[in-house]
Amino acid sequence: MEILIGYGNYAIALATMIGIYAIMALGLNIQWGLTGLFNLGIAGFFAVGAYASAILTTSDTTKHIGGFGLPVVLSWPLAMVAAAIIAWAVARICIRLRADYLAIATIGIGEILRLIFKNEQWATGGTRGISNISRPFEQLPGIWAPLAFLGLVLTLAMVAYWLAERGRTSPWGRVVQAIRDNEPAARAAGKNVESFRIQGFVIGSALMGLAGALTAHYFKFVGPEATDPLQITFLVWVMLIVGGNGSNRGAMLGAAVIWTMWSASELFTSRLSGDWAHRAPFVRLFLVGLILQIMLQYFPAGLMPPRRQVAAWRPRKPAAIVPPHVLPPF
Amino acid sequence: MDQMLIFINAYLVPGIVSGSIYALGAIGLTLLFGVLRFTHFAHGDVMTAGAYFALTFVGLLGLHPVLALPIAMLCTSVLCLGINHFFYRPLMKRPSLVLTISSFGVALMIRASIQLLYGVESHYYVRGIQRSTEFFGTFRIVDRHIWIVCCAVVLMAALHLLLTYTRLGKAMRAVSDSPDLARLTGISTSAIVKATWVIGGSLAAVAGVFLGWDGFIQANMGWDLLLPMSAAAILGGLGRPYGAMVGGLVIGLAEELSSYPWFGGDALLSPGYKTGVAFTIMVAMLIWRPNGLFGGRVR
Repeated sequence: MEILIGYGNYAIALATMIGIYAIMALGLNIQWGLTGLFNLGIAGFFAVGAYASAILTTSDTTKHIGGFGLPVVLSWPLAMVAAAIIAWAVARICIRLRADYLAIATIGIGEILRLIFKNEQWATGGTRGISNISRPFEQLPGIWAPLAFLGLVLTLAMVAYWLAERGRTSPWGRVVQAIRDNEPAARAAGKNVESFRIQGFVIGSALMGLAGALTAHYFKFVGPEATDPLQITFLVWVMLIVGGNGSNRGAMLGAAVIWTMWSASELFTSRLSGDWAHRAPFVRLFLVGLILQIMLQYFPAGLMPPRRQVAAWRPRKPAAIVPPHVLPPF
Repeated sequence: MDQMLIFINAYLVPGIVSGSIYALGAIGLTLLFGVLRFTHFAHGDVMTAGAYFALTFVGLLGLHPVLALPIAMLCTSVLCLGINHFFYRPLMKRPSLVLTISSFGVALMIRASIQLLYGVESHYYVRGIQRSTEFFGTFRIVDRHIWIVCCAVVLMAALHLLLTYTRLGKAMRAVSDSPDLARLTGISTSAIVKATWVIGGSLAAVAGVFLGWDGFIQANMGWDLLLPMSAAAILGGLGRPYGAMVGGLVIGLAEELSSYPWFGGDALLSPGYKTGVAFTIMVAMLIWRPNGLFGGRVR
């Protein structure tokens, strides 16, 4: 029974993280998959959401600003708004430039945000971070508490999926995909390319902020060094590429596959002893990097490529030449 | 006078030193961009690899870091050629952003390998207090700073001669200017690509060794330099090696001088935000002169 509960808890934790990563992968799919915008600052937007929600919900303390004591129903949307505002500022500046520049700029913004969270002790608690964050449903008994939180995360992930899928198949989605595939043509069709790009970037980043807020409440803690920022960004990218760039179902599948592998390998490596236990995580990171390279080279469409929404125009086949002897005799 | 000494020793010299290191890295970044048309996100980690190659030989043979440079350059060049062969070349026909994603993955792979082999702790080439030389009977400069700046200047001069006077250099510039025209004139693009990797990798190795020599050697030191190096490359105009030299120096100096107490007692900017300076300069450039100070090859 004990073991069963252990496995149950593990499965719940696994599924919760998959839900959170799926939201981030959906956000990246809106940015990169649909709009074609390169974002390497995922961890930055994630952190903005995490800190925003943490500051808004915690009770009054001297360690950081706070004391707003808002419920998560309000703080999560506000976390999304905070991430969206930062994303909007970045996008306003960099959206017209080459995609490489946007990538470097997003690395930069991620780095600056990390510095701010680390250095501005009065606001964020500095390196000690913010603890005592409340988790919804934590007062429920036993296994029901994590289960209820899991349900909440999965519901939000499904809502995000539904919205992303509606967005993809809507006229808006067709415009951003047209911009991704052929910018001059979209511009010639009278579409405001910059504005659509900014929208794509902001919506995607807001989802990353939501994922950050969920994580902060799940772990009940947020700090500048809690997780390697590069690792979050990298994992989300691998999830999207493995699942299928441009496909919302693919992004969710990729999140499930990669996070399961990532987490299950931890179970395996934690049994190793001594020196190898310290080194095993790096083997894992290397292997995920290798998976990314293999997918890019051999399976560029991913496990679940996007379905075509509009059949491509093809020249009509020439009418079948009907042999003369079956012609009706008149 | 005292103030002057502090300014030179604690701000100006470190600024020039880190500027030289950024410049060496940014040249590789900008050369690769010129020839391959993609931003090599693993360049910082290639630097780290160079620093660790040198560390291995410094540890094994007890060499002076400067003597370990050629070996580190060789090993890093081989590493770069290998990465190019296995990871980038198969993606050449795809959009350049796919290469960028791949290079991001390569960066993590190099870093993971280094952490696997050497662990996460910091290493040093030389321990203990460093010798310094006195100038004009007033201020002292640590010997390794003189080495770093002199080596960087020599290497940049060598690169200038290579680009201006040799067939290889001219071919590289031709490919960078117009890949199609260069191919028409019979220049072998794949040979140029390899040569660019060797040059870029070697310079990155030198930058990595200098960075490790000036501070300590750690697995994520290279990635942390990617931002200032990119800023330097963008400042000079992507694809322009001379621009990258100037850009590196400007970024290095700006970072150090930004924490000098220009107005009264306090530092102008808390040293914790040093990285932000490079970013701010880069963003300002992207807004007002996206082609760089001297005009980049491509927008």
